[in-house]
Amino acid sequence: MTEIEPGFWTALADVVAALCLLAGAFLTFAAGVGALRFGSLLARMHSVTKPQVLGLVLLLIGLALRVRSWSAVAMLALVVVFQLATAPVAAHLLSRAGFRTGKVDESELVPNQMDPSDEADGPQGGA
Amino acid sequence: METVMLVVVAVAAVLVAVAALLALVRIERGPSMLDRALGLDLLAAALVGVIAIEAAWLRRTETIPILVALSLVGFVGSVAISRFAAREPAEPDARDDADVGDGEERPVAVLRVEDAGEDDGTEESPETPEERP
Repeated sequence: MTEIEPGFWTALADVVAALCLLAGAFLTFAAGVGALRFGSLLARMHSVTKPQVLGLVLLLIGLALRVRSWSAVAMLALVVVFQLATAPVAAHLLSRAGFRTGKVDESELVPNQMDPSDEADGPQGGA
Repeated sequence: METVMLVVVAVAAVLVAVAALLALVRIERGPSMLDRALGLDLLAAALVGVIAIEAAWLRRTETIPILVALSLVGFVGSVAISRFAAREPAEPDARDDADVGDGEERPVAVLRVEDAGEDDGTEESPETPEERP
């Protein structure tokens, strides 16, 4: 087995961190493009929740591989946990508020699970 | 190695800054308060991303608690908007169909008439013939 020079693992961590930073920044950019270009509230909500959270997680992984200290990694894991816990809740609240105030075109929803004719306790809907 | 890292950090910072600008455009353009809440959410995420990129460039750990605080503040903002500011009052010049309670037909809110000609015209109802020229 060949001898690995001492700086190999730090260089490898830097390379992986650079790749993670690039991927995360590109996903955040994609989220921005989607938030500007998509045509309805739910489509924009999709773009803001999914690529944005993954992009932020990748950026934080890149930062953790770059700083390489355990206290920093613990706090970054806390940020990731907060993002993963709060982004679905925020998206759910936004979409529900949009539905209740009539900002969602119901013809776009192919399985319309908020349809009051399907379920007994639909929200504020028919008659 | 450092020059490669400089290029990577510059490209990543430019991408995240452009994402923040697009979020600002969405906040300005509207059309409802919920879209602005989405834009604010994305803006907070872009801010966290930029601070993370800067900390990764300088290998500093002092700014990491800012990330924890910002990720919570953005959540509180969007939840507050969706709970309390989603039902915005009717503007007398922009919408005149305030008859909400007419049975099955839930009226799609006409929020800003001058945006209806753009690419995102799916949620404004285009058929309000009494206010079309």
